[in-house]
Amino acid sequence: MASDANPVDFSESADTTLSSRKDVSLASIMWRHPSVFWGGLLLVVMVIIAVIGPLFTVDPVALNPIKRLKPPSAEFWFGTDFLGRDVLARVVHGARVSLVVGLAVAVIAVVLGLVIGLVSGYLRWLDAIMMRVMDGLMAIPGILLAIALISLSGATLVTVIVAIVIPEIPRVVRLVRSVVLSVREEPYVEAAIAAGTRLVPILWRHILPNTIAPLIVQATYICGSAMLTEAILGFLGAGIPPEIPSWGNIMSEGRTYFQLTPWIIFYPGIALALTVLAVNTVGDGLRDTLDPRIARKM
Amino acid sequence: MLAYIFKRILATVPVMGVVALFVFLMLRLSPGDPAAVIAGDYATTEDIARIRENLGLNDPIVVQFTKWVGQLLQGDLGISIFTNLPVTTLIAQRLEPTLLLTLTTILFTVAVAIPLGVLAAWKQGSLIDRGVMLFSVAGFSIPVFVLGYILIYVLAIQLKVLPVQGYKSPFTDGLWPFLRHIALPTITLSVIYIALIARMTRASVMEVLQEDYVRTARAKGQSEFKVLMKHALRNAAVPIVTVIGLGIALLIGGVVVTESVYNIPGLGRLVLDAVLKRDYPIIQGLILLFSFVYILINLLIDLAYTIFDPRIRY
Repeated sequence: MASDANPVDFSESADTTLSSRKDVSLASIMWRHPSVFWGGLLLVVMVIIAVIGPLFTVDPVALNPIKRLKPPSAEFWFGTDFLGRDVLARVVHGARVSLVVGLAVAVIAVVLGLVIGLVSGYLRWLDAIMMRVMDGLMAIPGILLAIALISLSGATLVTVIVAIVIPEIPRVVRLVRSVVLSVREEPYVEAAIAAGTRLVPILWRHILPNTIAPLIVQATYICGSAMLTEAILGFLGAGIPPEIPSWGNIMSEGRTYFQLTPWIIFYPGIALALTVLAVNTVGDGLRDTLDPRIARKM
Repeated sequence: MLAYIFKRILATVPVMGVVALFVFLMLRLSPGDPAAVIAGDYATTEDIARIRENLGLNDPIVVQFTKWVGQLLQGDLGISIFTNLPVTTLIAQRLEPTLLLTLTTILFTVAVAIPLGVLAAWKQGSLIDRGVMLFSVAGFSIPVFVLGYILIYVLAIQLKVLPVQGYKSPFTDGLWPFLRHIALPTITLSVIYIALIARMTRASVMEVLQEDYVRTARAKGQSEFKVLMKHALRNAAVPIVTVIGLGIALLIGGVVVTESVYNIPGLGRLVLDAVLKRDYPIIQGLILLFSFVYILINLLIDLAYTIFDPRIRY
């Protein structure tokens, strides 16, 4: 951050480590925060399962009416659902949907929020309007907004992603804007303005780099919450179409038979909780390392 | 101070305006003919025409918006397409369970989260502190409905100590059946909220505990309990109460899911039924209502500071 320029300012780094504050390599993050190591490992395992897992399972939509609602066994490790489909195969395929939605929502929300936040943080006349719009958007409960958007535009993977992105944007905008507002007063920005630098290079070269660390942290949290929202939408029957085996859809179908076959909800539920936990843990570790000012607060 | 209060109240007007405009445009800007989307796949031309008339989609868009806002200001949220009843009537019918569930959840959350947070801040780095932090990370990771089903499985199906589903009104069915039925939904809905508030309480109490006046209080022999409650917690209250208000947004999303899991006939179920039937006026009305409540609660919390906290002056 900006205070890096001042060599006697130890206020933020004194209690972390003796090593240089700029040392934010992956290895050093993991060394200082073992939970990040375990979270990261879990996340890597989940990604591997999502990418190559489907190659090793049976067809997740193959029906087997004779073997309906079977408990977990050597043949069906996670049991079967009400149509005799292999729950393990469905959970493995569902990992793809969850991770794709989480990643896509995080990237899109951060990029859109970054652009809006940079521009409105810098242009005062736009700022007042943009902030009222963001306040309004934030007041609308995210899940309800997503349900309404999906019910109006039809449920597909794309509409689900868009519907989850929209309520996430205001948080990113506010974060970026707060960074812009503090950085804008720094002497090096004034110097750039005095030197006649145009708006876009100022935003790109002098202001954007300051937003990257907090944004990476924010992106991980958005990723985790997007995966939860996607599952909730699927569970409520308002998400991705039921033909696609997503974790939310598997759990939604398992509801009717819950008293008989609780594992149909528990296996995808555990997979989802572990994945989100992994993402959040990595986020906490990154926050502690990249953004010590916030870290001290939480 | 009066000027500030007035300005703060006035500031909510544009926010509510944006919410209304957004809800209004959402239907008009959605791809395709909104009346046809709402009518569904098996609708006749007359059905679509009736829905278009009902939603006022035939007028120019500015006329539509002015008319609609005029109705909103009179407390008219429109007519449900499916039941042909005013949306406000439908909301009134379903209000009680949601209101009581939210209230029990807020009470339970405050009663659990604040002591946990204070304890964690006091014994920083101890087993309790680590436990609270672990709980708060886990609380943000587990989906509300999975938690609900785990609780149902353990407490209702295996141990049979609480009923599986349903809702009993305290006014017609008695207090005890109400409490037994509301217990599991309350715990389910509280977890993420407790995670949020315990974390915030811990952080802000920890900060206050480093203040000089806390050291002074300890030095003059004040008991540890009084130091924590009177000196630390009271001074840490502002951020905690702020988060309680902001957390209402989490709660509103959670209510929809929790009511669905426990089969509670509240506003959350009303939304879901409306989505299945594509009854857009109901969805629209509930989004407006929930957003309005959220803005109002946060306004009241803001105003409460200026009145109760003498340090805040504008």
